[in-house]
Amino acid sequence: MNMPAVGNAPDYSALPLSDLDISDPRMFQFDYWHGLFARLRAEAPVHFQPSSPAGPFWSVTRYEDIVAIERNTEVFSSEPSISVLDPEPDMILKMFIAMDPPEHDDQRRAVHHVVAPRNLKEFEGLIRERTAAVLDQLPENEPFDWVTLVSRDLTTKMLATLFDYPWEERNNLTDWSDMFTNDERITAGEGVPRDVIIEHITACLQRFTELWHERKGDGKEAFDLIRMLQADPNTANMVDDPLTYMGNIMLLIVGGNDTTRNSMSGGVVFLNQFPDQMAKVRANPELIPSMVSEIIRFQTPLPHMRRTATQNVSFGGQQIAKGDKVVLWYVSGNYDETAIERPNDFWIERPNVRGHLSFGAGIHRCMGNRLAEMQLRILWEEALKRFRTIELAGEPVRTCNLFIRGFTRLPVRVTRF
Amino acid sequence: MTVVTFVQHDGSERMVDGDVGLSLMETALKHDVPGIDADCGGGAICGTCHCFVEVSGNIPAPDSQETAMLGLRPDRAENSRLACQIVISEGMADIKIRLPEFQM
Repeated sequence: MNMPAVGNAPDYSALPLSDLDISDPRMFQFDYWHGLFARLRAEAPVHFQPSSPAGPFWSVTRYEDIVAIERNTEVFSSEPSISVLDPEPDMILKMFIAMDPPEHDDQRRAVHHVVAPRNLKEFEGLIRERTAAVLDQLPENEPFDWVTLVSRDLTTKMLATLFDYPWEERNNLTDWSDMFTNDERITAGEGVPRDVIIEHITACLQRFTELWHERKGDGKEAFDLIRMLQADPNTANMVDDPLTYMGNIMLLIVGGNDTTRNSMSGGVVFLNQFPDQMAKVRANPELIPSMVSEIIRFQTPLPHMRRTATQNVSFGGQQIAKGDKVVLWYVSGNYDETAIERPNDFWIERPNVRGHLSFGAGIHRCMGNRLAEMQLRILWEEALKRFRTIELAGEPVRTCNLFIRGFTRLPVRVTRF
Repeated sequence: MTVVTFVQHDGSERMVDGDVGLSLMETALKHDVPGIDADCGGGAICGTCHCFVEVSGNIPAPDSQETAMLGLRPDRAENSRLACQIVISEGMADIKIRLPEFQM
C-alpha cells in the first residue's frame, strides 16, 4: 500500500487501481479525497481493497449503485455494524441503525416522535433563543474558534434538551460521542485504543441507567428520549438489556452531534469559498432552507455507511461474497456528476437540492433530518441578521477520521451590523 | 380523465386533473399542492410523500420497498401509501388522498 506523506495526496490518477487506499482518513484531514473517488467512479465503481486497518472491504462510489444497495436490505444487511469497523466481540452494542427489519422498525418508531415536525415546532423557539444567545456572545473583529464557540456548543445544548440531560453535565454527551467515533483504526492512529472507548461507554451507560431509574414512574409527561423509550411497549424494558439501551442512546447521541456540528462549521467555509452564494443568500434570506440542504450535501458529515452481504451476489460486474463488507461512500455519491449537476459547485439554488445522500436512503434514512435542517436554518437566519461579515481568519483544521468528515478547528472573524 | 383530490390535514380540499403517467406526488408538485416534500424525487427511498388513500378504484398494491418505508411511519394506517408510487394510468378511477400533518 502506498502511504502518502502527511498532507501530500497520492497521485490517484497514476496508481494502479489495486494500489488505491480508500481506508486512509488523511484524505479527509487534508481534503484530497476528490481525486480518489472520481477515479473510482470512472474506472472501478465497485472496488475491492484486500487489506486495510479495518480489514478487507468493497467500496461503492456511484450514486445509483449506493441507492440500489440501500434498497436491497435483504442482501445488504446493516448487521452487525454500519461502519467499516466491526463491533467489538466483547461489547456488541445493539442499535437500530445496525439492525434489519422488523426489530429495526419497532425501535426506530419508539423514538421517532421526538424529532417529528410537531415536536420541532415546540423546540423552534427554544433553539432560536439559544442560538441567538450564543451568537451574541461571540467576540467581534478578533479571531475565535467557530467549532468550539458555535458548532459544538449549540449541538451539545440541543442534545441535552432532547434527553432532558442534567444541564451542568451536558458536555459529557459530546465527549462520549467524540470518544465513540475515535477508534485508532479509523483515525490513522490519532484516536484511542478500544479499551479506552469501552471505559467511556461504560461511564455513559451508568449515567443513563441512573437517569432511566430516576424517571421511571415519576409520573412526568416530559417528551425526552428516555421517557419515550419507557412509554413505548416495544422498548419499555430496554434498560434490562444494557447493550441495546446503550446502543440506542449512543446512536442518538452520535447522530445528533458530529453531523450537525460539522455542517454548522462547513457552511462558514463554503460561503467563504463561494462569495457569490453568500451575496445571494444575503440578498434573499428565503434561500436559507435550500442553502441548508446544499450545505449538508457539500459537507457530507458522515462520508460512509457500511452494509454486509448476506449471500454471494453479483453486483456491478463484481462477485461479492457472503460476509463481505460493502462500504457505501455517500461523500462520493454526493459528488457524482451523473446524478448531481455541477457537483463541485456550492449552489444554493440547486434544483432538487434535497436529493443528496448525506441522510442515506431507504429504511435507515436519517431519522433526525428535519431537526438537523431546522437547527442549521435557525443558525443561518440568526447569523445573517447579526453579522455584516463572517470570514475565515486562518486555515481550517479538518478531522482525521474515516467515519466523520468535519472540522476540529475553524478560525473565524465576524463583524456586526 | 382521472380527477385527483388532495385533502390537507386541516380538511381543505383541492381537485386537479391527473395526467396519465404522472405519479400522485408529481401531480401534487405540478399543481403546487402543499403537504408533500418528496425529498428523493420518487424513488420510494425517503418516505416524505406519505399519504392516506381515502377513495380509489383499482390501484396496484405497494411493493416491498414501499411497504418497508411505510413501516417506519409512526402514523402509519391501513390506507397509508407513498404518493410517488401511485402512477395515474389510462382509465384509472378518480382518487382521493389525505395528507398527513407532517412529512418526516
